Amino acid sequence: MSKLIEVTDLDIYYGDFLAVENVSMTIEPKAITALIGPSGCGKSTFLRSLNRMHEVIPGAYCKGNVTMDGQNLYGKNVDPVSVRRRIGMVFQRPNPFPTMSIKENVLAGVKLNNTKISKSDANDLVESSLRGANLWEEVKDRLDQPGSGLSGGQQQRLCIARTIAIQPDVVLMDEPCSALDPISTLAIEDLMNELKNEYTIVIVTHNMQQAARVSDRTGFFNIAGTGKPGKLIEFDDTEKIFSNPANKATEDYVSGRFG
Amino acid sequence: MSTTAQPPAPTAASPTADKPVVRPGDKIFAGLSTASGVMILVTLVGVAAFLLWQAWPALVADPSEVRGGNGLLWYIGPLVYGTLVAALIALIIAFPLSIGIALFISHYAPRKLAAALGYVIDLLAAVPSVVFGLWGVSVIGPMLMGIQAWSIDNLQFLPFIGGPASPKSMLVTGAVLAIMILPIMTAVNREVFLQTPRLHEEASLALGATRWEMIRQAVLPFGRSGIISGAMLGLGRALGETMAVAIILSISARYTPVVTSPANPGTIAADIALQFPEASHGAHLATLVASGLVLFFVTLIVNMAARYIVSRRAAFSGAN
Repeated sequence: MSKLIEVTDLDIYYGDFLAVENVSMTIEPKAITALIGPSGCGKSTFLRSLNRMHEVIPGAYCKGNVTMDGQNLYGKNVDPVSVRRRIGMVFQRPNPFPTMSIKENVLAGVKLNNTKISKSDANDLVESSLRGANLWEEVKDRLDQPGSGLSGGQQQRLCIARTIAIQPDVVLMDEPCSALDPISTLAIEDLMNELKNEYTIVIVTHNMQQAARVSDRTGFFNIAGTGKPGKLIEFDDTEKIFSNPANKATEDYVSGRFG
Repeated sequence: MSTTAQPPAPTAASPTADKPVVRPGDKIFAGLSTASGVMILVTLVGVAAFLLWQAWPALVADPSEVRGGNGLLWYIGPLVYGTLVAALIALIIAFPLSIGIALFISHYAPRKLAAALGYVIDLLAAVPSVVFGLWGVSVIGPMLMGIQAWSIDNLQFLPFIGGPASPKSMLVTGAVLAIMILPIMTAVNREVFLQTPRLHEEASLALGATRWEMIRQAVLPFGRSGIISGAMLGLGRALGETMAVAIILSISARYTPVVTSPANPGTIAADIALQFPEASHGAHLATLVASGLVLFFVTLIVNMAARYIVSRRAAFSGAN
């Protein structure tokens, strides 16, 4: 199920503003790739360009190639909707649909695009997705309650369950723990370690310990100054980035000297 | 530690404090807002009391003395029915239209066009109802003649279709009312659609929703209570609209399900406006006030029903 993503010479724009310049990287399947860097360096923007969520913002577009298993995601006949179904996304702040119950939230993506699903299949999928997100035991008795009634950490796991319910190839996570307490964060990190057996995972994080703890590969983004485009400075095995980075800026950042 | 240095507590202060600290500004503002709230209640009760007092002679009068000579129910019944029918037609036409326009402005139109369109819609609200009435009679009426004639030829099996087609029918009235309530409904819908959190829209898109699916999944459910409130505001205006209806309809005051012919039950507000100059003495005047009292309660019930619908799924509302 998990797929390899190859990014070559990607420039990302907001209107006339070049936000991220010339990024090339290979995102390995069945591994966690972490993107770190100071605020405003374009790592979230880059993440959003992987499943074509970037272009949702008016005026935003990118140039370059993003291929998954050889298929260009920005190809002429590629429907962004189908890209997003194959590359799921978890956001910074938990965002379950407030108008839906826990169960409806899990099924929200499954029921799109005129997909019909039988009641028993739906129940099975809800259970397996919630189990996959380590949430089942906590919510199995209140599946019909509103999803917004859960705690922040539970809501975020509900969002993960919703994402994996559509069985994507890749899961993108945009600072998934930044709104959570340490215990919920640990729960999500454990979950990521389980999920990488099946999915390609890319995570943006401000927390360097988190990147060091969970990821296999790490990319460091940096920005020369306000108004300048963000760049991928270094991309390597996480161990190497945190112990013996090739670039001076990376070393300064991971050792806490700036950022 | 001294408690006086603490900021004022909203409720009773800690047991050690003799007196919670209250700032004069807080006190004045609390007083002002309470007074405003009370004033609304007083006005509402005042209007109800006035109507009841003025209508009382008609409520207790001998049926033969009441306007029309057959009792209050006989007089007001068709008018209530007509008021509801006209408002309902207006709502059926305006409801989907207002949602469509609001969605276009909030999610589909380019920003510049959206701003201009929003402004035009607001301007529509500023057109006096008497103008809408005249326009209804001279433009909308003749325009709808074709549709009405076609329906009468082809859809006569429906109970509410019947001849002869007329530019002064309930359908025309409803259509004009629909245009009149469109601005307020559109404005409310546009506001709530624009308030849909970006977070929820993106959640939907990231799951692989098309734009329309995103709207159905995130925008419409989030705006549900706002949409209902807007519809009720519109319905309230349609129920009470006087001038346009008075100009378009020649009230024949009888029950009829047919909405395409000139025979019509009339509406309360238009009937009051048309009859008031001639109603000089006791029971006749009181009859009109009584019908006003009924309109007051109809509007009240409609609003309460809307509140109930909104509150039923409060836990699932976007407010969480």
